[in-house]
Amino acid sequence: MDTEAKGIRAHLGGHLRENGMMMALVAIVVLFSILVSAQGKPMFLQAPNITNIFLQNGHVIILALGMLLIIVAGHIDLSVGSVAAFTGAVAAWLTVDLKLPVYAVIPLTLAVGGLIGAAQGYWVAYWRIPSFIVTLAGMLVFRGATLWLLGGQNIGPFPKAFQAMSSGFIPDPTGLMKPHGLTLIIAALAIGVVIWIGLRARQRDMEFGITPEPTGLFWGRSLIIAAAMAFVGWQLASFRGLPNVLVVLAVLIVLYAFFTENTVQGRRIYAVGGNEKAAKLSGIRTERLVFFCFVNMGMLAALAGMMVTARLNSATPKAGTGFELDAIAAVFIGGAAMAGGSGKIIGVVIGALIMGVMNMGMSILGVGIDYQQMIKGLVLLAAVVFDVYNKSK
Amino acid sequence: MTTLLEMREITKVFPGVKALDRVSLTVEAGEIHAICGENGAGKSTLMKVLSGVYPHGSFDGEITYDGAALRSRTIRDSEDKGIIIIHQELALIPLLSIAENLFMGNEVASRGVISWPMAFNKTAELLRRVGLNEPPGAVVGKLGVGKQQLIEIAKALSKNVKLLILDEPTAALQEADADRLLGLMLDLKAQGVTQIMISHKLNEIARVADRITVIRDGTSVSTLTRAEISEDRIIRDMVGRDMAHRYPERSLNPGDMLFEVEGWSCWHPEQAGRQMIKGVSLNVRKGEIVGIAGLMGTGRTELAMSIFGQSYGKRHQGQVRMSGQPVDVSTVTKAIGAGISYVTEDRKALGLILEEPILKNISLANLAGVARRSVLDKRREAQVAEGYRRQLSIRTPGVQQKVVNLSGGNQQKVVLSKWLFTDPQLLILDEPTRGIDVGAKFEIYTIMKDLAEQGRGVLMISSEMPELLGMCDRIYVMNEGRIVGELSRAEASQERIMGLILKGEGKVA
Repeated sequence: MDTEAKGIRAHLGGHLRENGMMMALVAIVVLFSILVSAQGKPMFLQAPNITNIFLQNGHVIILALGMLLIIVAGHIDLSVGSVAAFTGAVAAWLTVDLKLPVYAVIPLTLAVGGLIGAAQGYWVAYWRIPSFIVTLAGMLVFRGATLWLLGGQNIGPFPKAFQAMSSGFIPDPTGLMKPHGLTLIIAALAIGVVIWIGLRARQRDMEFGITPEPTGLFWGRSLIIAAAMAFVGWQLASFRGLPNVLVVLAVLIVLYAFFTENTVQGRRIYAVGGNEKAAKLSGIRTERLVFFCFVNMGMLAALAGMMVTARLNSATPKAGTGFELDAIAAVFIGGAAMAGGSGKIIGVVIGALIMGVMNMGMSILGVGIDYQQMIKGLVLLAAVVFDVYNKSK
Repeated sequence: MTTLLEMREITKVFPGVKALDRVSLTVEAGEIHAICGENGAGKSTLMKVLSGVYPHGSFDGEITYDGAALRSRTIRDSEDKGIIIIHQELALIPLLSIAENLFMGNEVASRGVISWPMAFNKTAELLRRVGLNEPPGAVVGKLGVGKQQLIEIAKALSKNVKLLILDEPTAALQEADADRLLGLMLDLKAQGVTQIMISHKLNEIARVADRITVIRDGTSVSTLTRAEISEDRIIRDMVGRDMAHRYPERSLNPGDMLFEVEGWSCWHPEQAGRQMIKGVSLNVRKGEIVGIAGLMGTGRTELAMSIFGQSYGKRHQGQVRMSGQPVDVSTVTKAIGAGISYVTEDRKALGLILEEPILKNISLANLAGVARRSVLDKRREAQVAEGYRRQLSIRTPGVQQKVVNLSGGNQQKVVLSKWLFTDPQLLILDEPTRGIDVGAKFEIYTIMKDLAEQGRGVLMISSEMPELLGMCDRIYVMNEGRIVGELSRAEASQERIMGLILKGEGKVA
């Protein structure tokens, strides 16, 4: 028992960052739950709120996925907000003015985003212009281009099919409807998969001779995660089911987590950020990888732009303002290093969720936008200070 | 003559290393005193003690300067007494003007406001003294290295220098610039400025030095007067020591021709027209360990890196053959594909990702070897790393350990593992034992021996002559971008290598 306790403490110390983030998210949710019920308002964790957290922050998570790759490679992209606005405007122009169907608009808009990313990545990767400068220029250029394309006006409304991207829910072929049958099935499957992946990683650790997480801690944590997923799944199912946005997010998160941790190219991006010269001398074509990261970022910015446009049901010149800062903040709260070479997808997602939960919680509590900004800024600072302090110990 | 400086029994200890062991040095007022010694002999450490880089109290021994005990706490203390050092790497700020650089930290100002007319006048006068014909407002970065060296000297003069220390002042200079600098040193001597010069170049020493002190392995071996200076004597004093380490026994039986370079040339990446590698040809047979000797900065690393995927330089010329077949080495990937590996001399900056674990560093140059269709097989990656950990006895609790936590010798084994995992035919090892302790050195030598016995070729670049003599079947000697000699194991000796280096292009064996 004593050694078990010691093992847990040692393990928590070694994985303070990962577990700390998770605990911070839980703590923030609990804090808001208490504060909200203290004000006599309806429960914080009710189905519409949970749905809204994903609807309102989906774009931040999507942008943060791309931003993580950019930051891991040792760069930054300040243009994503403007690019999201511009691609949203492009999507509006294609849909409303040219009357193209959704299945043509989505790939075309993604291609425009990819081209914009390529245009910026070219200067960063092959000319070695600092990404801060290139994307600062891009931020101005594409904000201006948005104004130009929209002629200073809003374009909308959109057909139902386009709106479904952000506000739709998955159908329920089980016919249950209340609660939403397919949502329950997916939630159950997801819980199973998460536990299976955890068990497999544990087994692999033991094979490698790495001291695995203490058994008690593993099951404790898995139980909490499974309970949280079951709770969210049940709440969603009893409301309107799984939102389309959450399906897109889940697919992207799994895809990017796999890419960064389990593929050759993903590993190489970390190497470029960790030590570019050593990576180069190991035969890695560093320029091409940096270029790829920017193309990828452009496409994700286009996806985020379309989602926001669909949610607002109109493309506006002011869309996307400040998105770049939300995405960058999520990445750093999620534990990535400014110098590049480190950071995990799961951390970034938790970072974005922390920001999202705080936005929503403070809005429900009626905290003014002035205080909200100040508090969010301090949370970002605190998260990074916590990181630096841990490393210097 | 009066004695300006006397350093008595200076001993300086770094953790685990005695850099200086009771070194004594006497410098007379008005002389040019040369200090000679191999790389790592302790010359620079001695000068850092003198110039206050290492403060009084961090070393043992006494320094008497200008008739009084010298107890510098900072560089500034030494400078205030007129002791100024000009380092090998110039400390000028390239984007500022000559005048701004000259009075950096010492501005011509009253109450914090700089008087530029006065600064420019003083600059112009100092530039006249060093014979540099440039306007005081010229931007330093646009001037050549030779002119920058003169500016450093002008800067020293602006501080009323009495004892000027020049650390290999001509190492980066072209012939004409070096000549001008030596002339200036003699002028300054005539003006009464005492100088200490660290140099390897015997012809320069013979031209300007009044006396010379030879340092070897952290002790002063001898001080010779002008009349006693002779090449043979200096060389013997510089290298005359017993083999400090042991080397694994090797049987020499080189196989077929493996690696040939012919007429290899390349130019400096930034300074157009500066040829760094000049028509180098060399070869390595299977099972052979071949050395490249030479002092630092003679183009050995540049040669290796330019061959390895053109990682250094511009306008590459020449041919590389593996087992008789010409190979394309224009990118690192192609060089690796051709069976060539290059283990860098600077493992922290160029060889390792310090914040990543051992296993990720080992797989880095051959990720395809631990992946199936671009998806990493982490089990295989760990097995590979574990295999090298055992084979090269990397001392670590596990392959998940970050390399930043390893000792120098174990880090070097990780870099070696990384390259062994690419299954190279030829390994180019650049200073493979730099900065690692004696025990680990022996292990690295043993690994090299094993590689040769497996039929691979090893090309070893080293500044440590004993290890070249102890390990190599043949040794090429390189100087100023050229191969200036080739010695077989039987012919090679420290004296002959040093002779070839110092005499430069004279003898080609």
